[in-house]
Parts: sequence; structure tokens; C-alpha cells
Amino acid sequence: MKNNRHQAIGLSDNDVLQMYRTMLQARTFDERCWLLNRSGKIPFVVSCQGQEAAQVGASYALDRNKDYLLPYYRDVGMVLTFGMTTKDIMLHNFAKAEDPNSGGRQLAGHFGSRKHRIVSGSSPVTTQVPHAAGIALAAKMEGEDLVAFVSFGEGSSNQGDFHEGLNFAGVHRLPVIFFCQNNKYAISVPLSKQLASESVADRAVGYGMPGKKVDGTDPLEVYAVVKEAVDRARSGGGPTLIEATCYRFTGHSSDDDDKTYRDPEEVVRERSQDPLERFRTYLFDCGVLTEETDAEIKHSIREELDEATEYADKAPFAAPEDALKYVYAQTEGER
Amino acid sequence: MAEITYIQAVNHALREEMERDEKVFVLGEDVGKKGGVFRATEGLYEQFGESRALDTPLSESAIAGVAVGASLYGLRPVAEMQFADFIMTAINQIVNEAAKMRYRSNNDWFCPLVVRAPYGAGVHGGLYHSQSIEAMFNSVPGLKIVAPSTPYDVKGLLKASIRSDDPILFLEHKRCYRLIKGEVPDEDYTVPIGKAEVKREGTDVTVISYGLMLHHALEAAEKLAKENISTHILDLRTLYPLDQDAIVEAAAKTGKVLLLNEDNREGGLLGEVAAVIAEKAFFELDAPIQRLTAPDIPAAPYALPLEKFFMPDKDQIERAIRELAEF
Repeated sequence: MKNNRHQAIGLSDNDVLQMYRTMLQARTFDERCWLLNRSGKIPFVVSCQGQEAAQVGASYALDRNKDYLLPYYRDVGMVLTFGMTTKDIMLHNFAKAEDPNSGGRQLAGHFGSRKHRIVSGSSPVTTQVPHAAGIALAAKMEGEDLVAFVSFGEGSSNQGDFHEGLNFAGVHRLPVIFFCQNNKYAISVPLSKQLASESVADRAVGYGMPGKKVDGTDPLEVYAVVKEAVDRARSGGGPTLIEATCYRFTGHSSDDDDKTYRDPEEVVRERSQDPLERFRTYLFDCGVLTEETDAEIKHSIREELDEATEYADKAPFAAPEDALKYVYAQTEGER
Repeated sequence: MAEITYIQAVNHALREEMERDEKVFVLGEDVGKKGGVFRATEGLYEQFGESRALDTPLSESAIAGVAVGASLYGLRPVAEMQFADFIMTAINQIVNEAAKMRYRSNNDWFCPLVVRAPYGAGVHGGLYHSQSIEAMFNSVPGLKIVAPSTPYDVKGLLKASIRSDDPILFLEHKRCYRLIKGEVPDEDYTVPIGKAEVKREGTDVTVISYGLMLHHALEAAEKLAKENISTHILDLRTLYPLDQDAIVEAAAKTGKVLLLNEDNREGGLLGEVAAVIAEKAFFELDAPIQRLTAPDIPAAPYALPLEKFFMPDKDQIERAIRELAEF
């Protein structure tokens, strides 16, 4: 039997099974979305494939009843961990009225839910970074011990808001986790043409906080690093920048052909190291997962996804004139 | 009632709102220990401590973005842009984030925040301490722009802005800060956002303006009254969304309209005011709508004669009103 690594970092067998289930749920959901897109059912997909381990490992280290999540557009694994259902996200991808993220107003991958403390995101990247500092500042002023967790890609680490947000949080020692998923590409531009520094994590030193680089294909390593940062933040030790290295298995989005800028062989090579498969193997090797349990998990995920797809497909769009709603607070009179 | 300056009205509104509601705080460059470069936040650091009179890094996008985050959490931040000219790096946070938050989340999240920005020329500030920025923000649904001209309106509108559940861009004319004084009640009051106000009743010519130029118009009207020219003056107070009913009513009152500000002419706010009048009060007009504005050059230059040339002055305003009266 393989060495059990998860117990050493405080995770039970049930915890890692749940993590596995969420990773698989995210992957299966994403694959379904591509089918729906290619068959003309949904207009757009922006993928989480290859990054599920980083997303699920990180978000499991947070307090899902207290902490704030500021995801970016690939974070299906995170929003599922924070309580969103596949039905919620499917309604979003179908842009239906019942979409709890935006009521069909936003492009796929633009998550948001006050109920789950998932802060609504936009498309200009990195704007959520200063928001996380603001939430952490507010919580600190109010004496709450919550953590603001903000996620983004390595391309975002070149934006002004990254540097302004980290500096602000560093100066005020705010409880923020800055979590970068370095998937090696900003659409088509490779890492070597994005960063002059060795790594994104290296940038932390300029903002007076620890910068940690972690293997983002291993959910247990990610969990351990994020957990340490969360504990530090909660006890008043300030922010941390974490860089989780991973790989984007698909094109940037359903509108991108990645063969124009990267070698398909590279993708095949990376896919052969699929974090999801490796975690499954680990769980088998340490006796947590059996063929029977695995089949049950897959079956329940599939069933849930089929229901979500059918529901979202049949659900109505918002009435066209509902486009006029919620520009301003209703009590002050709508326009 | 007490007579206070325009900037004291800003300061009093901030202090009283911070006393009233613990969720209100100010943040920006030099707003804490120094009390602001114009001293708008004077005394707040001493009274409320450094966390509620928060000195930030020199970082406009973070000032706006952190304010967005704090407002999402439920606080009521009042962020200061030291000069309106420096707001440009924060536009993404104000326009794409604060203004769209409620809409994009289908009313789930919202940003009750105020961004204060001293704007306008007439202080010998050069190209980058003199700009009017309202035209850059006056087609952003989700955002409201407030630009008061009197201490009474400053205090009442700033209080209303802080209590509003929508993001507000609060423009303070920096030349008015110490120039303009006025009576302000001792008791708590607010002025409604979205409502223009007639500042002078008249029958011959209507002037629609705001900020410093409104005061120039009032002076010109006083002088013209001696020539039996009666000027009706509307203070827009809220620049977006416009109080269209008040604009139409004021235009119809005299049928002759002068639109006045110190911003660039083409693509400016006054073109929209003119469009409202043309659409809704065309048959009430007795003369073509006139605009008196700054020229279409980048901003007010530094040298005094050039700055003076940039801004509409009292003589020009007087002449424009007289010409309309005689039309």
C-alpha cells in the first residue's frame, strides 16, 4: 500500500474522496460543455481542464462557511467546492433567467453568488485582486477573522491591479490569499514572453509577503500550502502569494485554436500526466477508492449532470425587457 | 444656521456621516494624518483613528478597487482621488466594476461607495490639476455623477451619496472650496440625488449650469437685472442621470437657453442637455440653444493668461445672456 499522504496534512479519507469527486465533477462538467458548444447548444466555453487539482486543493483549505472567494473564469472546481451546483453553472452556460450568477447577463465562467460568498467577476482580468484586499480590509475593520481568497492566471500577474492589490494588502497586512494558477499560457503568449522574473511567486518579495510555488497538479500539496497561508492570514500574519503550476489542456476558450501557437505533442505529453488520473491512482493505491466506489461516484456525477443539462436547456430565457432591470437600486427608482 | 465654506461642507458631511454610521470610512492619498491636500478630511484621523481615515499607497486603481471590495462586504467607503485628473488609472474599477456590479450579478451584489474627486480649473493648476472629467463618465449606466455648487448642496448631496446603495462619483469644484460660502442648517439633512434646482427665478433667458460656472452666471444675472434682463438659472447638481423634467421645465420657462460649463465643447455633457431640450421642448424655444464652454483643447494650460482664456468668464456669460435676450 502506498504511503498515505493526506492523513499527515489533516485530511480524512472522506475529505479526499470528496475532493476527488469535485475534481471529477468539474472535469465532467467541462467536457459536457464542449459537447454542448460544438453541437450548437451553448455559445461559449472557457475551460478548467488540467487545473482542477489546483482549484479543488486550494478551495478545500478555506472555511466554506466564512471565507470569501473571488474566482476567475476557469474556477469551476472552486465554485463547486463553495456550494454552487452543476445545475447553477449549467444555467449560467445556457444564459437562462434562473442563472444565479448573472441571470443570463454574463459570459460563461463569470461566477458570482452572495449566498456562497463568491464575488461576481468581470472579463477585464485582475480587477478582482484589489476587491479581495478591500474585503479583507473591511473584515479586519469589523473584527471578523475571515480570509479573502482571490484566484487568477499568471497573465494577470502583469496587470497593474495585481501589483496595486498585493502592495495594498502587504502594507496593511490583510488576510488575503493571492492564488495564481500558472497554466503556462496567456491565451497564446507563453510564460517566457510574459514574465521577466523566474516565477510569479518571486514577485511577492516586493510586497512584503511570502511567495510560495507549489505543484498545482497535486491537490494535496496545494491544500497544504494554502492551508498554511490561510492559518497565517487568520491569525493576523498577513497575506501570501501562491503560484500553483499547472497546464491548460484545452484552447483558451471554445473560440480559440491552440494549434496555431503550441505543439499538439506538448498537449498530449501534458495530458498523459493528467492530475485527475494521478489523484485517482493515489486514492486506489492507498486504499481509499475502490472500483466500486469510483463507479458509483461517476454514476452520480453523470446523473446530476444529465439532469442539470436537461433542466438548463429547457429553462426559459429572461424576458427581453428584463434587460432594463437592476441598473440602480430599486428603492431609488429604476431607469 | 451657520455660514461655512464649500470645503467645510465636505468635511462636515464626512464627519457627521462617520459619526452616524460606523460603516462609513474614508480612504485615499494623504487623507489620514495630513487631512487631505485640500484639508477636506481634516480632523477625521484624530477623531476616528487611522483605520477609518486611511492613508493608502499612491495607487488610484487600488484606492477604487479596495473601495469596491469593502463596499461589497457591506461597508460604505468614501474614496478620494486627490485630483480628478488622476482618476484615469481607476476608470476600470469605477466603470467596469463598481458601475456594473449590480447589473452583472442580477441584483445580487452592489457597491455602496462614493468616489470624491476635486475637479475644475481656475486654481493655476496646469493641465493635470484642472481637468473636468464629467464627460468621461456621463454615459455609464450604474454610476451616478453628482456635482454640487453650494455648501448647502455639497453637504446634503454628500450625505445622500454616502447613504446611497449605488456608486457615486462626487465631483467637487476645487476653485469653489474656499471661494464659495453659504448657509447650512445645524441639523441633519440630505439633498436628493437626481434633482436639479432653480437657483434664480427669471423670465427672459434660462442658464443651465453647475459648479463654479453657476456662480459666474448668478453674478452676471445680478448685473443684467439692472438692465431689466431677467435670468432663470438651473443648477443641474446631478450630471448623470440628468433631471430631464427640470431641464425641460427650465427651458420652457423662457424659451431661450444658454448652456454653460468649463469643459470641452464637443462630446461634452451640454450636448446631451441640448438634445433633451431639442427632443422635448423644441416648440417652446424662441432662439437656438447656445453653449458657452471651454475650447476643444486638452485642458486648461498653466500660464495665467492661457488659463483665463480657457475658462468662460463673467463678461462672456453676460454677453451671451444679453445676446439671447435680444434675439
